[in-house]
Amino acid sequence: MSAPELEWRSVRKQLGGRAVLDGLDLALEAGRSLVIIGGSGQGKSVTLKLALGFMRPDTGTVLFRGQPLPGLFRRRQAALYRQSGVLFQGSALFDSLKVWEVVAFRLLHAEGRPRRQARDAAIEALSQVQLGPDVADLYPAELSGGMQKRVGLARAIIGRPRILFFDEPTTGLDPLTAAAINQLITDQVRRLGCSALTITHDLVSARTIADDIALLDGGRIAWRGDRTQLDTADDTRVRAMVEASRAPR
Amino acid sequence: MLLQAALAPFSITGRLVIGVCAIVGALALFVGRALFACVTPRWHGGQIVRQAFSIGFLSLPVVGLTAVFTGAALALNIYTGGGRFNAEQIVPQIVALGITRELAPVLVALMLSGRVATTIAAEIGAMRATEQIDAMRTLSTEPFRFLVAPRVLAGVATLPLLTGVADVVGIAGGWAVSTWSLGFSSEAYTRSTVAFLEAWDVQSGLIKAAVFGFIVTAMGAFHGYRASGGARGVGHAATQAMVWSGVLIFATDYLMTSGFTEA
Repeated sequence: MSAPELEWRSVRKQLGGRAVLDGLDLALEAGRSLVIIGGSGQGKSVTLKLALGFMRPDTGTVLFRGQPLPGLFRRRQAALYRQSGVLFQGSALFDSLKVWEVVAFRLLHAEGRPRRQARDAAIEALSQVQLGPDVADLYPAELSGGMQKRVGLARAIIGRPRILFFDEPTTGLDPLTAAAINQLITDQVRRLGCSALTITHDLVSARTIADDIALLDGGRIAWRGDRTQLDTADDTRVRAMVEASRAPR
Repeated sequence: MLLQAALAPFSITGRLVIGVCAIVGALALFVGRALFACVTPRWHGGQIVRQAFSIGFLSLPVVGLTAVFTGAALALNIYTGGGRFNAEQIVPQIVALGITRELAPVLVALMLSGRVATTIAAEIGAMRATEQIDAMRTLSTEPFRFLVAPRVLAGVATLPLLTGVADVVGIAGGWAVSTWSLGFSSEAYTRSTVAFLEAWDVQSGLIKAAVFGFIVTAMGAFHGYRASGGARGVGHAATQAMVWSGVLIFATDYLMTSGFTEA
């Protein structure tokens, strides 16, 4: 049996004197879409940041295809970056660049592709997220929040990644736009046949995107199952989240 | 309680020393990484050109205005001071010497610490706050190479050029006020300036400018890179960048002047 794409093994991380992760064991299997749900401050973002190399665990290891990150001279981390795409919570688009330059950033600056070729690839990636070539020469600040998310998604998928990371992909979006983003994510993950890790507190999003769902609570995985099990789970914490998501606002 | 009060000064001093060591260590690491990124491939040529335009070309008006008024005021002051011992004729020589060796490089650097260091700190700080720097890393692009090195290289290259412009404009300011209102003949003023100036006067100013260019851009990038806490953090980073680049400019100016004088 091959090693998982990503694995958190007995990971512990303290922030501000508080154990945010306390012996986290989790695996992202190849070709699966795993969604981590949980309340605020339960360590969802830290879990993602550890995989992306923005933080290091105090104890324990994060493994990429069975090898510990970040590796000597951060080479394994670099390999993960080369084979992954990330959609950030606030989109994190480079505001001094035009939309097509943002989308093609990896091709232009990491791979050194010619601008013409990179622009064509960016326009193709924009079409994958249902944005026309007319937005290519706009600046990110000229776009709506939903369009910015689409541009962020186009940037994440442009290199045909093997792993996609989604950090709260629907935060701040209206329900219709959020549904459209969820569907785009599902379509792109399926089209690319890649693995996906999403962190969210939005159960609508989790139900749409996930193959597997894991509940993070108290710094550990408190429950894990496939998405069809979410509504019938016995775990009281899962039930509380499901009930809370159904409560009228 | 009494013991705690007695130990308080030591505690405060210790915390202060640790804080200073931490910031000096962080700055040293940052400068080391920045230098490494500057001298090793891969270079982002487009970014270097863009930054050189922003730091260099767009600073020309403010540098020109600063230099011309400084040269003019310097001429007036030297004329007044020289008059106290019948040495008004030394105006061209002292204006040239003061501008090229000291005032042009220092004033250009100070103007740029206000215009450039703050901009760099705010830009990079805002990028840090909105996860753009993290995003860059995930796109296999090292932020030090893309954000810091081009700015530092552009600063080191353009500050001497701006200082060269300030040399010419500052001396012209002194010439203008001397010929129009102090009774100097244009030809005599120009001849005195050219005859008195040595190549080293200009060269030493340009060397200082290159060092100041590094300080201004590196301090902007350093404080921007460490910014945290949203808009307030970005504002704080911009202020720190200006204050510390100003202090370092004066300190290194003294050290370099002292070294050049002994050499």
